[in-house]
Amino acid sequence: MNVLIDYTLHLADNSLILAQRNSEWCGHGPALEQDIAITNISLDLIGQARFFYQYSATLIGNEATEDSLAYLRTEREYRNCLLVEQPNGDWAQTILRQFFFSQYQFLLFQHLQDSNDEQIAAISVKTLKEVSYHLRWSSEWVIRLGDGTDESHKRIMKAIDELWMYTGEMFQPASYELQAAEERIGTDVSSLKEPWTNSVNDIFQRATLTLPPDRNGKFFQTGGKDGKHTEHLGYILSDLQYMQRTYPGNEW
Amino acid sequence: MTLQGLEKNFGEKIDNEVKIEPKDWMPDAYRKTNIRQISQHAHSEIVGMLPEGNWISRAPTLKRKAILLAKVQDEAGHGLYLYSACETLGITREETINDLHSGKAKYSSIFNYPTLTWADIGAIGWLVDGAAIINQVMLTRTSYGPYARAMVRICKEESFHQRQGFEILLVLSKGSKEQKEMCQDAINRWWWPSLMMFGPKDAESTNSDQSMKWKIKRKSNDELRQNFVDMIAEQIKTLGMKLPDDNLKWNEERNHYDFGEINWEEFWNVVKGNGPCNKQRLDARRKAWEEGEWVREAAAAYAEKRK
Repeated sequence: MNVLIDYTLHLADNSLILAQRNSEWCGHGPALEQDIAITNISLDLIGQARFFYQYSATLIGNEATEDSLAYLRTEREYRNCLLVEQPNGDWAQTILRQFFFSQYQFLLFQHLQDSNDEQIAAISVKTLKEVSYHLRWSSEWVIRLGDGTDESHKRIMKAIDELWMYTGEMFQPASYELQAAEERIGTDVSSLKEPWTNSVNDIFQRATLTLPPDRNGKFFQTGGKDGKHTEHLGYILSDLQYMQRTYPGNEW
Repeated sequence: MTLQGLEKNFGEKIDNEVKIEPKDWMPDAYRKTNIRQISQHAHSEIVGMLPEGNWISRAPTLKRKAILLAKVQDEAGHGLYLYSACETLGITREETINDLHSGKAKYSSIFNYPTLTWADIGAIGWLVDGAAIINQVMLTRTSYGPYARAMVRICKEESFHQRQGFEILLVLSKGSKEQKEMCQDAINRWWWPSLMMFGPKDAESTNSDQSMKWKIKRKSNDELRQNFVDMIAEQIKTLGMKLPDDNLKWNEERNHYDFGEINWEEFWNVVKGNGPCNKQRLDARRKAWEEGEWVREAAAAYAEKRK
């Protein structure tokens, strides 16, 4: 049971933190259409997070709710990947973060559709439709920026430089992921690395970009899945949790 | 057809409630008035995203966060319809946006007030969207076709927004002491600026007469404002809160609520750019536009290569 709780919280945290980041664009996008699109993705991600938190809450029982899980856990209790908590940067960095993560989620939820756990399977089926759209949208933008102007090419290259070190963690399983994979609740994320790299490479080629060299994983930052985050997460949570921390126990 | 004939034809359409469409002949001043009004409306939607956007990251529950995000996104959508309606009058979205950034075009002054607490999100939904709806319901019958049709879509979403805002306040009004105080404080701060949304008094409104003749507007500022006061004065009873106006009382004879004098000095001061957030709002819009320039250029360059 504990594995399932840890695992669903991890999935929920990934979606919520990226939603929170993307939502910072709302009202500030490069054009209205893009403002609407990135907000849409943010809304989908909040929806995913809520499904997983609600499920975690029923497993935990007692007084747990989706909101107690999102608003009352600390930095060290959050289990999201480091990638999703990285700052928005410019549009190129936001797009690339979304592309890397959507490509990962796309592969992950394809496997989780067949999870032994009915709830996870059902959420994955629903989520996969949204993620396919996120992946298509972000891929198109990677291509557009890579093959757009000199400036956009430079900016997406810089984004690769900023974010690549956070991609490896997605494929290094935490203990609860290993156990979830064993129980066929989850999947072995290390097996997603090759298809992920191939798909990213395909899009990069169309975008006239190249993958950074493989350095046997030594270059990758890890720890988020076990609650050891970058310094950014504390600030994200201090915004996210402000109301619940200031006015504990109220209804909103 | 002679100019006289065209004018007669146009006048007959207005009289007979036939909508004016983009390809129809229309007097220059009618075109300009519509451009001014529709673009001002579009800008209000876009600038209006900022004060509410200020609370997205801090919304108190996941459900509230999702609702708020969807609401602010709706406003971006409204901006899009309205910029498109404007384009049918022969002005591009880019030109229209440049007029906002240069300060030539105005937007609703209400968005120059800050959102200080979560209750402000409720107050904006209830009061600001409430005032907007009264104006917009009238505009669903405006004489310019594309504008009227955009309004029909927008009104449906706005009434949903108003209910959401009221519901935020209703929860606060039944909550803890702090929540009740937060609720009353937000109402106190947003009430008078909401009344100002209907514009100057009829006697001082420079654009009103001609707009009424052309059926761009169908009710005067003061009439609309009165409708709003009558509506809100009733709704606030459900909240058990007070409107910050000692002169507010039901007038049996008029069959309307009487209300106190608006601070017109404040109104004109904010219109002229000296409100609490005028600078921040315009700066934020300019910054988004300038920082988005390379993105728009890249998209255009890529599209060009694919031709």
